[in-house]
Amino acid sequence: MQTISVKVGMASCGMAAGASEVYQKLEAYLAESKLPVSLSKTACIGMCFEEPLVEFSGAEAGRLTIGAASAETITTALDEYLAGGIPNQRIILSDKSEAIHNELISNQVRIVLRNCGVIDPESLPEYEAQGGYQALKQALKMAPEEIVDLVKASGLRGRGGAGFSTGMKWSFAQKAPGPKKYVVCNADEGDPGAFMDRSVLEGDPHSIIEGMIIGAFAMGADEGYIYCRAEYPLAIKHLEKAIADAEAAHLLGQNILGSGFNFELHIKEGAGAFVCGEETALMQSIEGKRGMPTIRPPFPAESGLWGKPTNINNVETWANISWIISHGAEAFRAFGTEKSPGTKVFALAGKVAGGGLIEVPMGITIRDIIYKVGGGMKTELPFKAVQLGGPSGGCIPADLLDTIVDYDSITKTGAIMGSGGMVVMDTGNCMVDVARFFLNFTQNESCGKCTFCRIGTRRMLEILTRITEGKGELEDIDKLEALAVNIIKGSLCGLGQTAPNPVLTTLKYFKDEYLAHIVDKRCPSAVCNALIRYQVIPEKCIGCTACARKCPVGCISGKVKEIHLIDQDKCIKCGACFQACKFGAIAKN
Amino acid sequence: MSGTNAQLDAVIAKYRGKHGILIPLLQEVQALEGYLSRPSMRYVGEQIGVSSAEIFGVATFYSMFHLEPQGKHVIKVCKGTACHVSKANAIADALREALKLESGEITTSDMSFTLMEVACLGCCSLAPVIMIDGQTFGKLTPEAIPGILERFAY
Repeated sequence: MQTISVKVGMASCGMAAGASEVYQKLEAYLAESKLPVSLSKTACIGMCFEEPLVEFSGAEAGRLTIGAASAETITTALDEYLAGGIPNQRIILSDKSEAIHNELISNQVRIVLRNCGVIDPESLPEYEAQGGYQALKQALKMAPEEIVDLVKASGLRGRGGAGFSTGMKWSFAQKAPGPKKYVVCNADEGDPGAFMDRSVLEGDPHSIIEGMIIGAFAMGADEGYIYCRAEYPLAIKHLEKAIADAEAAHLLGQNILGSGFNFELHIKEGAGAFVCGEETALMQSIEGKRGMPTIRPPFPAESGLWGKPTNINNVETWANISWIISHGAEAFRAFGTEKSPGTKVFALAGKVAGGGLIEVPMGITIRDIIYKVGGGMKTELPFKAVQLGGPSGGCIPADLLDTIVDYDSITKTGAIMGSGGMVVMDTGNCMVDVARFFLNFTQNESCGKCTFCRIGTRRMLEILTRITEGKGELEDIDKLEALAVNIIKGSLCGLGQTAPNPVLTTLKYFKDEYLAHIVDKRCPSAVCNALIRYQVIPEKCIGCTACARKCPVGCISGKVKEIHLIDQDKCIKCGACFQACKFGAIAKN
Repeated sequence: MSGTNAQLDAVIAKYRGKHGILIPLLQEVQALEGYLSRPSMRYVGEQIGVSSAEIFGVATFYSMFHLEPQGKHVIKVCKGTACHVSKANAIADALREALKLESGEITTSDMSFTLMEVACLGCCSLAPVIMIDGQTFGKLTPEAIPGILERFAY
């Protein structure tokens, strides 16, 4: 008989949704009942919106994934499954029968996420059982140039956002004079709204380590760093375990697998600075300094960490490497487009029904991502825009939904591919507010080295704040545009050069919203507090006094069973009356 | 609670002679006291031969270093994009109200809670999200806040 296995998704988001309680309940139940079931932890299955997730496999009903699992009913579900039936639960995925999300998952292609949610990330044997470290064995028999050529032939482009050819980058570092060189994994995922790297780090740490060993061998590096942001404690824990296991198995350290190649890998914990995602700033931070970018050239491939040739790639890029070595460049090019081969992982969030981690072939349209992979909108309000690329990116409006996902097509819209954060917004989101949100972020995170970035972003933020407060003037739009151009020109690193993008794209596609704020002193989405008016709708008000009792400044007058009135001069726009009214008699506009 | 020189010496000994150690070293020093006090920063600088100015420069650059004592429990309110569009501001307001924090204050007067805003906790599909002492709470409403805080009360 096949073994029955139960896996619980225990990544950060699963834990936040209560996966630990579910796991503990199952553990106690199995210890007591002595049922022949193997219970294990896995990481992110990707369908974060259905967390906590539990997967059953091995019995008659096949492989089933239960969504919104609860500690109260999970043991009953297991009994039902063991008895040969389909548990009376929210079955979201199934390989033998109909399930709620079978179709959503069928539109994905999983290369980077191949093991996420499949294996126990803390188990080296499970990684090896999926073919892990076979690519390394293969690579160690190849000439370093051959490996670089293979990566070049695959057409893989850096997944950190800029999309530079990974093979080219490798060849620069390879040709740089040794003997001391470094490879670095940029795991400082700082874009708000992005969690792709966290999921791979937590869910499949060995795939990153294997990619780095192969890269180090190809480029002649003997030391490497994974720079991981400290906000990801679980990722760091899994990486530490994976590195220790790999060392014990002679996959890391001296004379790797008897090949004579040495490679030592360290983890560096970040200390909270967004700019450290920029490669030169990241290297400064590894060296223990303030993470401020430096002028390029020299590029890291010539002079990086401690002045030695250094290659830096992002988590997702590294995770692609072993797959490319094992399957070949052609197999990789079978997915995606001519100029952007392969797949891309996106963190889908915001007002989309199926928020979570997805991996799709390049060349898919944004519309298909939202509606065929993400299951459409979560709210009843219609789609308005999708934000791509975080603080460096932009908002793509509804009429550009058929834009295909590749580096060049997205850049044409004014947004950028970025690292893969995709935040969906509906008509309840104000675009001026979103632009202000990102400028507030970049203004906070600017390291202060370049004047335009340091002061220019602050001036832009002041103008945007003024507009959202109803104090904007028409010429503010020209000022924003002029500042944007100067900040792009006058900044040394990617942070400043892309900081104006959220403003420029919203100005390009949603100028009418800016005008509504400035000219009509109105926020069409009713988000900007200073421009909102709360009013009693006389036909709906029954005079229950609930609003008047909640109002913290006592600006609502009216007696029991009489229509109430809000004094606009005194109203502080806190929204307490709107929340308190059970009859929908308070209008917010 | 303050790091004694003997405790600091033990931490410094682990890093002595290695390169690129300042950030992890300061992280460990901070773990001793919950924040980086001026005497500790000065002592560490003297011991490893780095100027106080450089140490202070690094400590003020990174948001994870605190120069003031922190409350017993640290609450991180996620202000990432997904949380922002899911009304994270209302969650932050509810926390400030429940903790009775005046504007500009981040730590309660009894030192039980410190409230800070962070850029993104990476749990975007559970937005809006907060993290208290490393434990994440998602899909929040302002009404849920007092109940959550009670679990950490004193």
